[in-house]
Amino acid sequence: MSCLTILQGTVCPLASDDVDTDQIIPARFLKATTKEAIGEGLFADWAQVPGFPTRDERFSGAPFLFVGRNFGCGSSREHAAWALAQNGFRVVIARSFADIFRQNCLKNGILPLPLSDGDHESLHAFLLADPIAQVCLDLPAATLTFGSFEAKFALEPFAKRCLVEGVDELGYILSRIALVQAWEVQFES
Amino acid sequence: MRARTLLEKIWEGHVVSQEDDAPAILYVDLHLVHEVTSPQAFSGLRAKGLRVRRPERTKATMDHSVPTIARHKLSVIDSKGDAQLAELDANCKEFGVELWREGHARQGIVHVVGPELGLTHPGSTIVCGDSHTATHGAFGALAFGIGTTEVEHVLATQCLLQRKPKSLAIEVDGRLQDGVTAKDLILAIIAKIGVGGATGHVIEYRGEAIEALSMEERMTVCNMSIEAGARAGMTAPDEKTFAWLEGRPFAPKGAEWERALTRWKTCFSDEGAHFDAMMRIDASLLSPMITFGTTPGMGMPIDGRIPNPESLPDKSDRKALEKALAYMGFAADEAMLGKPVDVVFIGSCTNGRLSDLREAAGVFAGRRVAPGVQTLVVPGSRSVKLAAEAEGLDQIFLTAGAEWREPGCSMCLGMNGDNVPAGRLSVSTSNRNFEGRQGPGARTLLASPRTAAASAVTGVVTDARSLS
Ligand code: SF4
Repeated sequence: MSCLTILQGTVCPLASDDVDTDQIIPARFLKATTKEAIGEGLFADWAQVPGFPTRDERFSGAPFLFVGRNFGCGSSREHAAWALAQNGFRVVIARSFADIFRQNCLKNGILPLPLSDGDHESLHAFLLADPIAQVCLDLPAATLTFGSFEAKFALEPFAKRCLVEGVDELGYILSRIALVQAWEVQFES
Repeated sequence: MRARTLLEKIWEGHVVSQEDDAPAILYVDLHLVHEVTSPQAFSGLRAKGLRVRRPERTKATMDHSVPTIARHKLSVIDSKGDAQLAELDANCKEFGVELWREGHARQGIVHVVGPELGLTHPGSTIVCGDSHTATHGAFGALAFGIGTTEVEHVLATQCLLQRKPKSLAIEVDGRLQDGVTAKDLILAIIAKIGVGGATGHVIEYRGEAIEALSMEERMTVCNMSIEAGARAGMTAPDEKTFAWLEGRPFAPKGAEWERALTRWKTCFSDEGAHFDAMMRIDASLLSPMITFGTTPGMGMPIDGRIPNPESLPDKSDRKALEKALAYMGFAADEAMLGKPVDVVFIGSCTNGRLSDLREAAGVFAGRRVAPGVQTLVVPGSRSVKLAAEAEGLDQIFLTAGAEWREPGCSMCLGMNGDNVPAGRLSVSTSNRNFEGRQGPGARTLLASPRTAAASAVTGVVTDARSLS
């Protein structure tokens, strides 16, 4: 997993609220048994509408996705995070996230970046004024800069460390497997 | 000792270690697996040269991709779906995991078979790569959905890195009126708190109305906790819970049963325990519910009118409702009763158990499905199917003109070819009415089995209480 620290780029503006994982990747794309080519399913139904942001040339290669509240609600399918990652997204900026989706992002090197309602609105206005403007993430400092504006966001220290250093969570648990064994001996008897 | 919530008791009993600034390592008692969210996790193990650490704590079933038409009658073979099933089979053989294959007596929707087999124990931690794992919380377990990377973590270590969720107590006072079901109760709760209302929380459903529910009804309620954004939902176990579990294949036996009972009887929130949030709802005021939009939170009493976006104070709510009504082809202030229905689906992990089929059969008995309404009845598991057939429910459905299918997820998410055609309106007993959930362009109304069956026989959205 590649590390994430400072990132500058354009923003793909989706803005919608309560986008569920059935929209991010419809069920018919879940029949794959590998992670390859999952990205083709990203927003497959919505993307058929001409001008849909993820198919808009202006935003091709944008590492930031801008959405509304409660993004990623619904199913636990990690395919949603894989599809975003395979389409080059490293940061999803939202007012709020659904729990499982948020975890799935972190496990795939994607930063779920929550903005306060006020900052979210400022960024929205900024993007409406100049859709191809660049924004800049400083993950160690937990700031997002756009124009003359700097927004702070919250991220728990462990999640930040995992993204910044590319920490392998499975490695973390495996390195403490003796504790797990001890727990089993105590509680399974 | 400090008064603790049920969530705290289970949590504290399963933390293997907790370091500063890191999530806890949480022990998982039971890991359930299905074909859709597991293949990449098994591949991950293989690539890293790891084994399944505790194969006996892992159970697998096939549900999402299985056809619900008997194999010998299938006209189209879904080669991708079949490849996924074959891969689960191969993975379970290679890693020593017990699997209930298509056709096996124990096969069915993962959240139906877990409880049914007595695998779901009070006070335990249960995970599955599936958001409706919350269903198992009806037994007083901490049960939640995880992603595929976490599935791999649990396979490899029997543990997960987790932060302690917050607790939300939902006190349900009074009793549901006749004709109002557990499905209506949970739809009313979600309509009230919203689809993000319980994000970051585990809901404990409590109070007189919850205690009065059967185990199946509690499962229906807990099942849809995720639709309110919750990590999990739970209800404290009681005598009903213990009686329900006793004698099931994976329930403890003999002296072990007695020891388990002693433990399980401590699984409740202590008097005075602190919840991070609380809400109350009066069950006696509720009516049968139906959704009108594209999130499970867009629900209303079946005899009400669709809300007007202009009446909503919040801008986001307004926009969301406008977008939903445009997709559904509905207008503000319209009634839902009387809307023509194309498809009725009775099944899923929310309402695919024997008691749900009995409710539906009660409506179908002596009536016929309206012409042109495709009606699918899909049992949640093979054992539900056999029990229903032993009671003659299949004959009631078939005589009424409904289809009686093989067990699986089916039209809940339309992965196996059971789809609602584009533009068609379906009344479904499942849990999600997202755009295209039941097939590209499909429009879904969520409701109880009674409402679904009543709408099937009249051909329009119908309040089952109005059938003479
Ligand atoms: S029945 Fe529907 S919600 Fe339940 S596990 Fe299957 S697909 Fe998921």
